Amino acid sequence: MACNSATCQSGCYKDSDSGAVQKRQPATEKGGGDLVFSANSCVCIKCKDNETIAATHPAVSGGGGGGGGGDGSRFCADCFRGNLFGKFRFAVTSNAMISPSDNVLIAFSGGSSSRVAIQFVHEMHHKAQKNFDASRDKSLPVFGVGVAYIDESASFTVPSHDFDRAVDEMKLIVSNLAPPVKQFHVVPTESIYSSDTGAGRHKLMELINSVSDVTGKEDLLEHLRMLSLQKIAVENGYTKLVLGTCTSRIACRVLEATVKGQGYSLAADIQYVDARWEIPVVLPLRDCISEELSMLCSLDSLKTVETFQRPHCGINGLISSFVKLLREENPSRESTIVRTAGKLKPFSFNRIIEVNDCNGHSASQRRQKKYNLKPTESLPPESFCSICHSPLKKSDTTSLNATGNGEASVGIFAATCSSCQYQILPQEPSSLESFRSLLPQQMISLAKNGSCDRQKWLREEIQDFLLSDSEDGT
Amino acid sequence: MAAAAAKLKGGRLCSICNDRRPALKRPKTLEQICRECFYAVFEDEIHNVIVENQLFKPGERIAIGASGGKDSTVLAYVLSELNRRHNYGLDLFLLSVDEGITGYRDDSLETVKRNEIQYGLPLKVVSYKELYGWTMDEIVKLIGLKNNCTFCGVFRRQALDRGAALLKVDKLVTGHNADDIAETVLLNILRGDIARLSRCTSITTGEDGPIPRCKPFKYTYEKEIVIYPFCWLDYFSTECIYSPNAYRGFAREFIKDLERMRPRAILDIIKSGEDFRISASTKMPEQGNCERCGYISSQKWCKACVLLEGLNRGLPKLGIGRSRGLNNEQNKDMKQTDGTKSMQSKQCGTLDF
Repeated sequence: MACNSATCQSGCYKDSDSGAVQKRQPATEKGGGDLVFSANSCVCIKCKDNETIAATHPAVSGGGGGGGGGDGSRFCADCFRGNLFGKFRFAVTSNAMISPSDNVLIAFSGGSSSRVAIQFVHEMHHKAQKNFDASRDKSLPVFGVGVAYIDESASFTVPSHDFDRAVDEMKLIVSNLAPPVKQFHVVPTESIYSSDTGAGRHKLMELINSVSDVTGKEDLLEHLRMLSLQKIAVENGYTKLVLGTCTSRIACRVLEATVKGQGYSLAADIQYVDARWEIPVVLPLRDCISEELSMLCSLDSLKTVETFQRPHCGINGLISSFVKLLREENPSRESTIVRTAGKLKPFSFNRIIEVNDCNGHSASQRRQKKYNLKPTESLPPESFCSICHSPLKKSDTTSLNATGNGEASVGIFAATCSSCQYQILPQEPSSLESFRSLLPQQMISLAKNGSCDRQKWLREEIQDFLLSDSEDGT
Repeated sequence: MAAAAAKLKGGRLCSICNDRRPALKRPKTLEQICRECFYAVFEDEIHNVIVENQLFKPGERIAIGASGGKDSTVLAYVLSELNRRHNYGLDLFLLSVDEGITGYRDDSLETVKRNEIQYGLPLKVVSYKELYGWTMDEIVKLIGLKNNCTFCGVFRRQALDRGAALLKVDKLVTGHNADDIAETVLLNILRGDIARLSRCTSITTGEDGPIPRCKPFKYTYEKEIVIYPFCWLDYFSTECIYSPNAYRGFAREFIKDLERMRPRAILDIIKSGEDFRISASTKMPEQGNCERCGYISSQKWCKACVLLEGLNRGLPKLGIGRSRGLNNEQNKDMKQTDGTKSMQSKQCGTLDF
């Protein structure tokens, strides 16, 4: 009703801001009135109490790479940290990413995103441990944490002393976290071959060298990295794999998939949860942009190891520089891209499958807030690309089978997405067999399992229409 | 034998006919092919797209949106050729819009008029001045160079439909090429527009409306459209004097970089656009009709009428941007009469006294 009066503007202003004014009270006493505050732009917009990061840590907020107008000039260090951790925690709790009985493996590249992932999971773990120690009945177990680094030195050369120093630094980072001690696994990519590492390394290099397209090479390495992480997780009893993939990286991923013709499978890669793997993969930093994460690293002196950060090349490189340009033009562009892609329909495996074991974990289940877990209908299991394991569109697989050269030698490559066919598989049909022999067993068995699942599902679907012998007789 | 002989001499041969010397590297595939094979493959691909997607039925009247630029000129030529060669049985017309831009459209319209004679296709020109009472020159004089493309785009869309209705055609074809569509896919991702993203790759749109539109060049590369008529087709190639649209140019530049690195990226983007899993529950705007002019509109008034109202009332900002449209204003007025409850939740500044 205040709107009708002539003094409406000021009245509404007071009305909407009354909460904030009350909160400000203690500060006002110190600082001497609202006027000072509104004139002073160095105050955090959230707590309206402390000075912003730009004021307290000019080097941090300036060094973020054009982040002058970003969070640094809006929040104080505490609010900024709280905000970022809040996004992480919301992602974790609303998607049931980590449950008390889990054993979590964090993939560490040395970069700031995965560094923050370690830090945040560690903080969560620390808190859970404290609660456990304080609780009387000890009914809630505390999840376990480990860290893994994939040594990709087979695919690019780093002077060995640089490499050793970097790995030592990473070990130090992990061991400096407060106890309990977290296991740190350093595993070379070639370990995906079951043979001894020397032969494996040779085979891996041969595989990588057989891919001529630079983008294809980079993408193949990424798939191999995932296989390596899965292998570590399986062998060491981990139940979840945490990646530090942030909004900025996902924005790039959205454009990469679009440009490579992977529009169908894109929705699988950009969700909080990706359970198409034996060990479900979770992305708790999906809503954090890389600038925020690196700002937190410099703010809290979280050490990162940049030795292995290679610039993207080929199509991926073009896209990351395009996204960088977009970000400079509009800092929220990356979030918009991820939001657009987030509206695409996720797959049935983009959620944590509930295990309804009723022995004792009811307390933990009660305590978890879950938002995005909708039950799924009985859908046919997807068939997956045998190289990149992305879900295949039905029409694409059937057309492939129809035109398939009829050669049995093609085998598992019958189910390959068009992108992998173009940029990874050899163009000469004659070299397909030797390429296949270079692939790790894990990849081949994944592809085989996929098609078996499908066969089984189809059989179940038609079960009702099949007459057994006895039925036939009556 | 001839082929083997040529190979021995060190000369390469066209990778399609394996007979003649290659004259160009085909932009879409980077194959080295001869001039004859290029024409054949260019035209055949468009023919296949038309047949596979059943774009036309025999006896239909088809308007070609003709601007005088390369895309629409090549489209007019190729369509009339294919119509004759493959007996589509179509009645083809040229339809041009005169936006009233001195130094740009008047010149390009001359090109279209020459095309009318060259291909023997009847031409219809509709102008902004006669439809809306404003030329673009007058609009720019009033509103400046910011947002003028919004007016032009909204008016052109409707002008084409009105011209098509006057010609009593069954369909309208436009010269949008693969690059344009790839660019639109990207822009819709960058803007977060899922509804447009879901329909921007359809080869035929507006099938529920009065006059469907289709894009026979959906898979045709811009570079090939430029090469095709090189030196012998008469077309107009000047940028619109009011058009420097930085944002679109940004995406365009990116597409060109991608194409340089991997020509098939353009087709891949279109494929992605077609394959995106967009759930059926995504909200699509409901189609209705403009209460003022009867044109299809999801709002009370169509966008053109809102913009026109703004121009005529001397408030050219009306309808530009998100929240200040005439439709919103009307909604607010309606809510206001509903009762006082909604009033309290409203921001006071926007009420009109």
